[in-house]
Amino acid sequence: MDALLQFIFSGMTVGAVYALVALGFTIIYNASDVVNFAQGEFVMLGGMITVFAHQAGMPLPLAAAMAVVAAAGGGVALNRLAIEPARSAPVVSLIIITIGASILIRGAARLIFDKQLHRLPSFSGDTPIRIMGATILPQSLWVMGGAVAVFIGLWLFFSRTLTGKAVLATANNRIAAQLVGINTRWIMTLSFGLSAAIGALAGVLVTPITLVSYDVGVALALKGFAAAMLGGMGNPRGALLGGILLGLLESMTAGYLSSQYKDAVAFIVILAVLFVMPQGIFGKKPVERV
Amino acid sequence: MSLLEINGLGISFGGLKAVNDVSFSVKPGEIVSVIGPNGAGKTTLFNMISGIYLPGRGSVRLNGTDVTGIAPHKLAEMGLSRTFQNLQIFQEMSVLDNVLAGFHLQERGSVIADLLSLPGMRRRAANARDEAGKLLARVRLDREQGQKAGNLSYGALKRLEIARALALNPRILLLDEPAAGCNAVETEEIDRLIAELAASGIAILLVEHDMKLVMRISNHIVVLDHGEKIAEGDPATVSRDPQVIAAYLGREETEAADADG
Repeated sequence: MDALLQFIFSGMTVGAVYALVALGFTIIYNASDVVNFAQGEFVMLGGMITVFAHQAGMPLPLAAAMAVVAAAGGGVALNRLAIEPARSAPVVSLIIITIGASILIRGAARLIFDKQLHRLPSFSGDTPIRIMGATILPQSLWVMGGAVAVFIGLWLFFSRTLTGKAVLATANNRIAAQLVGINTRWIMTLSFGLSAAIGALAGVLVTPITLVSYDVGVALALKGFAAAMLGGMGNPRGALLGGILLGLLESMTAGYLSSQYKDAVAFIVILAVLFVMPQGIFGKKPVERV
Repeated sequence: MSLLEINGLGISFGGLKAVNDVSFSVKPGEIVSVIGPNGAGKTTLFNMISGIYLPGRGSVRLNGTDVTGIAPHKLAEMGLSRTFQNLQIFQEMSVLDNVLAGFHLQERGSVIADLLSLPGMRRRAANARDEAGKLLARVRLDREQGQKAGNLSYGALKRLEIARALALNPRILLLDEPAAGCNAVETEEIDRLIAELAASGIAILLVEHDMKLVMRISNHIVVLDHGEKIAEGDPATVSRDPQVIAAYLGREETEAADADG
């Protein structure tokens, strides 16, 4: 029983990170139909920039804020320099461009920073909190709280603000959005900036637990993608639920089977989703109007 | 003074001149129709005027300003609004939300003010809701406003698209086959609606295949064939024009000879 609770805690923690990555996928997918495989690199940039800025003497909150802003700038640059010029290309080409961008960002990070593993101090100390025989790190609460806060923030943004609704309108029908006066180019830029910022925030929150190096983005992108597929690509609720489910599945597998199989879970989830319910949990079947 | 002025407009796809050297103008309150056989370049012409395609040659002037090649969302701000032959509706949104989207430009406010739901923002939203309700009543869709747009019939969607275009408070409205796929009653409704809009001072540029509709409501007709303007004038003149008749029915050699003799 204690073990189960322990697995749930650790599953929820990594799940929250996957959920944040999946939310990043969701925003860009909605605005442009593109699956941005560079999403994991923004998580890495969030962690790495914070580490190096902190080492250079910057206070942690300032370093974290700077990392989020810098990553958002990276997202905007990715859109402006790589996606927008190829806007008329098929979606598959755009997805391949994002894979190329992720390799570029990873390589640049390796040159600019280094190849070492780095960690950040925990935000509220390292004393584990005991709950019913299991323990949870205060930093895990930060990660989960971060995911919930981002989810609520996005929900308010999309349901309450005109800009958020303009993003949804663009996702629904780009030409119609232009017709009613929405600048869809700016919406794309905003979406890339926003999802890069969310990715970087995930990186900042999780680095004290999982450490960061230049190459952590690949695995995170893959798992965030699996989470988004599981929940239903393009659905924010699905991203949150898919992320947490994937995290729990991983930690149960590691706990009850073997930790060696842990990373296979994401692949099995992708395959299972594609075979059994390609639209995911919250996704809708595409309907063609005739 | 003309509200919309098209001058020598043309575009080529590959080697094909889809539209070539087309000029005409539209005054406020006027209904101008563009007609022509299938493939004559009517929709291509519309796409150039509304900023979807970048014209290869010529210019588009809106209220005296050169707007050639300006993005559709900017044109929307400047008072040009359009509908599409093959419908561009927010299928996933409700009927009311579709029209509300049309108020996007007038509603503009800061993200922070929206998030805090400040009274001004709430008043603005309530106002837009009222106006949207009125527009829906005008196109007789007020009872369907809570429904998902994707569930509406084709004719109803055509009217919804017009209501959304009107929400932008346009000075000129481009309608691409508003009556296509509509039954006789729906066509008559659209006919009446267009006449009302023109009477309120909005300039209307229309592409339509229903000749009875075109002849009944147009002030001025521009005829395209193979991308070129072959005739223009009032409905009576155009319908007697031999070139127009030839373009629609094909030329008969003996008849032409008889007429000459």
